[in-house]
Amino acid sequence: MSDPRVTPDDLLGIDDLLSDDERAVRAAAREFSRRLIAPQIAEWFENGGIPTMRDLAGELGRLGALGMHLRGYGCAGLSAVDYGLTCLELEAGDSAIRSFVSVQGSLAMYAIWRYGSAEQKQQWLPAMAAGAAIGCFGLTEPDHGSDPGSMRTTARRDGADWLLTGRKAWITNGSIADVAIVWARTDEGIRGFVVPTTTPGFSAPEIKHKLSLRASVTSELVLDDVRLPASAELPTAKGLGAPLSCLNEARYGIVWGAIGAARTAYETALSYATTRTQFGKPIAGFQLTQAKLVDMAVELNKGLLLALHLGRRKDAGTLAPEQVSFGKLNNTRSALEICRTARGILGANGISLDFPVIRHMANLESVLTYEGTVEMHTLVLGQAITGVAAFR
Amino acid sequence: MKIVVCVKQVPDTWSEKRLDPADQTLDRAAADGVIDELDTYAVEEALKLKESLGDATVVVLAMGPAGAAESLRKALSMGADEAVHIVDDALHGSDALATSLVLAKAIEQIGYDLVLLGSESTDARMGVMAAMLAERLGVPQATLASGVAVDGTSLRVTRMTSAAQEEVAATLPAVVSVLEKINEPRYPSFKGIMAAKSKPTSTLSLADLGIDASSVGLAAAATKVLDSTARPPRGERTIIKDDGDAGARIADFLASRKLL
Ligand SMILES: Cc1cc2nc3c(=O)[nH]c(=O)nc-3n(C[C@H](O)[C@H](O)[C@H](O)COP(=O)(O)OP(=O)(O)OC[C@H]3O[C@@H](n4cnc5c(N)ncnc54)[C@H](O)[C@@H]3O)c2cc1C
Repeated sequence: MSDPRVTPDDLLGIDDLLSDDERAVRAAAREFSRRLIAPQIAEWFENGGIPTMRDLAGELGRLGALGMHLRGYGCAGLSAVDYGLTCLELEAGDSAIRSFVSVQGSLAMYAIWRYGSAEQKQQWLPAMAAGAAIGCFGLTEPDHGSDPGSMRTTARRDGADWLLTGRKAWITNGSIADVAIVWARTDEGIRGFVVPTTTPGFSAPEIKHKLSLRASVTSELVLDDVRLPASAELPTAKGLGAPLSCLNEARYGIVWGAIGAARTAYETALSYATTRTQFGKPIAGFQLTQAKLVDMAVELNKGLLLALHLGRRKDAGTLAPEQVSFGKLNNTRSALEICRTARGILGANGISLDFPVIRHMANLESVLTYEGTVEMHTLVLGQAITGVAAFR
Repeated sequence: MKIVVCVKQVPDTWSEKRLDPADQTLDRAAADGVIDELDTYAVEEALKLKESLGDATVVVLAMGPAGAAESLRKALSMGADEAVHIVDDALHGSDALATSLVLAKAIEQIGYDLVLLGSESTDARMGVMAAMLAERLGVPQATLASGVAVDGTSLRVTRMTSAAQEEVAATLPAVVSVLEKINEPRYPSFKGIMAAKSKPTSTLSLADLGIDASSVGLAAAATKVLDSTARPPRGERTIIKDDGDAGARIADFLASRKLL
């Protein structure tokens, strides 16, 4: 037995905490990311979209990444840790791809899987798992973000039908979706609806001029007396708790994904620092640079351990929403900090799209905000430890 | 029809490689092992043949330390049907001659109509394995294939050499080494990974193959690495400013490094 030694890319030996299966899933997701995302992502980001998104969705379906932690209906039926590792590897490519997977699998598919009727599940889940149908999830509105409970979009009964009216904002995948899960206020409280995007009265103009998640489609949903049959309602989704439970699923993936973005930034900075020479030696040889690299590595590994801890709890059925808030708060915040530090280490090259760093940094500004802002998760944890709610 | 695909576990091209100072062999603990990328083209070609022929079995075969099981597993998750792993401590340090001896014995034991492998390994880069296997098995070889077609027992291969593109024909059984341009290997899916767990996998030792340990391994190698020096770290760069003769000076530089 040789003496234990550390490897720079796995300082804590976290790999040893993974099973062979988990490592194989991670390797497949990593290969996917390297082959199908990395070569083109800078161009997609710069041009503000993925022209081949339908094909890429099909490839993600073939990989098994869409709804991968759900059972049945053509879903891969893997564990929460497998799902997390996949989010990490995809987001190491770009947050836009992980966002696509989160929205498709954890928001849209999960909503149908958990709250849908047998017909809704049969109609949508297999096609969505294969990436042949794309879903979006409309909760946020132009005037209601952190406080979705005060949403204005309404659904009212008209005979046996429902009529939906209102507007949603910042909806990932909106303009390319085949189906939208729309949350609306009714006389009986908040309800969810499965809305085929070809329904008359539904439109989804894209939101332009984003400087973050540029490879991802973000849209408004305009609902102008959209007439839906009674069967479009998600039968068991009663109240705001339903969409929040979906967000909790997606947020869990973000806990892992953010670490992927940070890992790419860290690896880029590390390799840059060891090859970039100033004052006659590699900049990695300066104490100030080493302090930065070490801080990045420490935060990265802590974040990964945290993600894995939450993943094991999720698989054991003991993961509380507040714990997901803990992970989302810490990992998005520290991932962004890691990217910013990496940005500085690359000097002028740090602001160029020729390196992945500023792209990840800009992306993480969205990741910090969506699925509950830093402030919201701080207040969730504040309430958990003080017993006093400070939201309003 | 039975297709045997030889796959090798090599250090990840993304990780740093080094030789073990004790015996000048590859330090396998220092780098992550992965399936040789060139061999994934052979696996893909076998899977495509299986899909077009319908009735075929793809057996993946690796010789290497315990870690090589991972490469076999990856090939199984891509869609191969069975895996055979030759593992024996006495194999450490085997050269191409010994490797071909061991692989050929195993291939005979498994039974085969077609043997596929990458045109060379990305670590040792000898490029001789297909020829050696064909010789030992006493069957035709077609190397550097950019296309393979099978019809009954007849084999047609498009060969890419630096001089020409050749069409060669042979009768099965045969050995074919493939080039990167032959196909685009599929990546494993999660379902493939899960399915791989229940596929048959067996291990063979030298004794199982009836090979004497003294004929393989470092001691039996035809050549011996006496010494090695790591490539000097980057930093000693030569910057050539173009005063009209930059092309010639770059050529001289490459020639001085024996890269031309
Ligand atoms: C790229 C992108 C994609 C998105 N995709 C989707 C999607 O697919 N589906 C969807 O439904 N939504 C989506 N969103 C919306 C996202 O969830 C919201 O932006 C988020 O919830 C914040 O809402 P808001 O932008 O309205 O900010 P606001 O809620 O207006 O908040 C503004 C600021 O005030 C702070 N704040 C608010 N209330 C308090 C308080 N009580 N105490 C202290 N501070 C407070 C916030 O933390 C924040 O800093 C997406 C957003 C982006 C940027």
